[in-house]
Amino acid sequence: MTSARPPSFDAVRVVLPAALMKLFPGAPRELELAAADVAGVMAALDMRWPGMRDRLCDSTPRIRRHITVFVAGERARLETPLPPGVEVLIMTAISGG
Amino acid sequence: MPATVKILLGTKKGTFILDGDAARAAWRLRGPFCEAWPINHVIADPESGTIYAGGGNAWFGPAVWKSADLGASWTHSSEGLAYAAGEEPIKSVWSLAAAPAGLYAGVEPAGLFQSTDEGETWRHVAGLQAHPSRPHWHPGGAGLILHALVPHPADPGQLWVGISAAGVFHTADGGAHWEPRNRGTRADYAPEDQRYPEYGQCVHSLVMASGMPERLYQQNHCGMYRSDDAGRSWRSIEAGLPSSFGFPSAAHPRDPATLYLLPLNGDIAGRYVPEGKAAVWRTRDGGESWQALRSGLPQQDAFFGVLRQAMATDRLEPAGIYFGTSSGELFASADEGENWSSIARHLPAILSVETLTIGN
Repeated sequence: MTSARPPSFDAVRVVLPAALMKLFPGAPRELELAAADVAGVMAALDMRWPGMRDRLCDSTPRIRRHITVFVAGERARLETPLPPGVEVLIMTAISGG
Repeated sequence: MPATVKILLGTKKGTFILDGDAARAAWRLRGPFCEAWPINHVIADPESGTIYAGGGNAWFGPAVWKSADLGASWTHSSEGLAYAAGEEPIKSVWSLAAAPAGLYAGVEPAGLFQSTDEGETWRHVAGLQAHPSRPHWHPGGAGLILHALVPHPADPGQLWVGISAAGVFHTADGGAHWEPRNRGTRADYAPEDQRYPEYGQCVHSLVMASGMPERLYQQNHCGMYRSDDAGRSWRSIEAGLPSSFGFPSAAHPRDPATLYLLPLNGDIAGRYVPEGKAAVWRTRDGGESWQALRSGLPQQDAFFGVLRQAMATDRLEPAGIYFGTSSGELFASADEGENWSSIARHLPAILSVETLTIGN
């Protein structure tokens, strides 16, 4: 018999880019949330601040071209798994004009 | 209380608003809004006064911004403003229109979205991309963009769109089905025997004559045109203009025979005002004849361009005319184009100009 409970994940620490704060007033720079991979982080962020995933990911879906996600210091993709307690650093890349 | 005008600017670095006094002589500039994102088009719903700004940011993607308090505070949304997974994502919002059927947004790559909850959520009007010509649409210089939206003022089912460089398309059933409306417009960049195709023309600007929904004007990459049958056929009205090339056009708010243009010197000649002398060109007879309006505009060493959405009229009497330049300067006339003055300088490149009339 399968359980109806959703799977539970260990918490990871997420650091958001400063420029995102202006688009989502009240969102913190750093927070802890439970996710199994980077896509799970994006989904959890979007639950708390509707629309935040659209700012960080496109509809392909993949991380936007000029947004970079590092997991434990390594560049990551949406599919990258998250070890318990790891730091997920979301940054704006060099761009503009 | 006398009527006043607000000028809404989309620029390469944010939205700006100019608040005019009752005489349209003094203007106060506010902005940049929308976190200085590139904003292609800013409009106001004349019924509610709500301001919408569409654009796209290199880092955070496309969105439509919204202000219900004349620019004091802003929110943004792109919920539903997306193509299906696996398709090329939307890069930017290019055009907005408040219509009887709700709010429309045209995007890059070219497609149409509709909102019936004042910009909170969007749905793809998929019928346009289902048109059999879609695989043959090719981008113009600014990309494959849906930059012109002309709703029918009374019939919520009818809408004309302009796509660079696919041409003009029309729907009569709210977007389920579309037909090209380009007969009579040229594609000078095609082989000689293919210069009047069914689609593939590079429309630059599409506007409707006031009070005459069957009359449309079109500034094209290759000529200036008028249609008196809702776009089913077009005829050239470029005789008398200094150039067949230009981007914007602006219809008079009351007279269907009066139109304003800003011709540029040519597509591969620099795309600035001819001979470095700025002029707005006006017709009062539906394009049969044209007059250059130069009073107050720079008449030497002017090398700016004016883009496809960067000229507008207001609704006052006499009508005010406004245009913004690629060099970040805004010019205004409060007397139907007879006399001009510069009312803002040193702004980012101006991409769109629209107005909101308050009162009256």
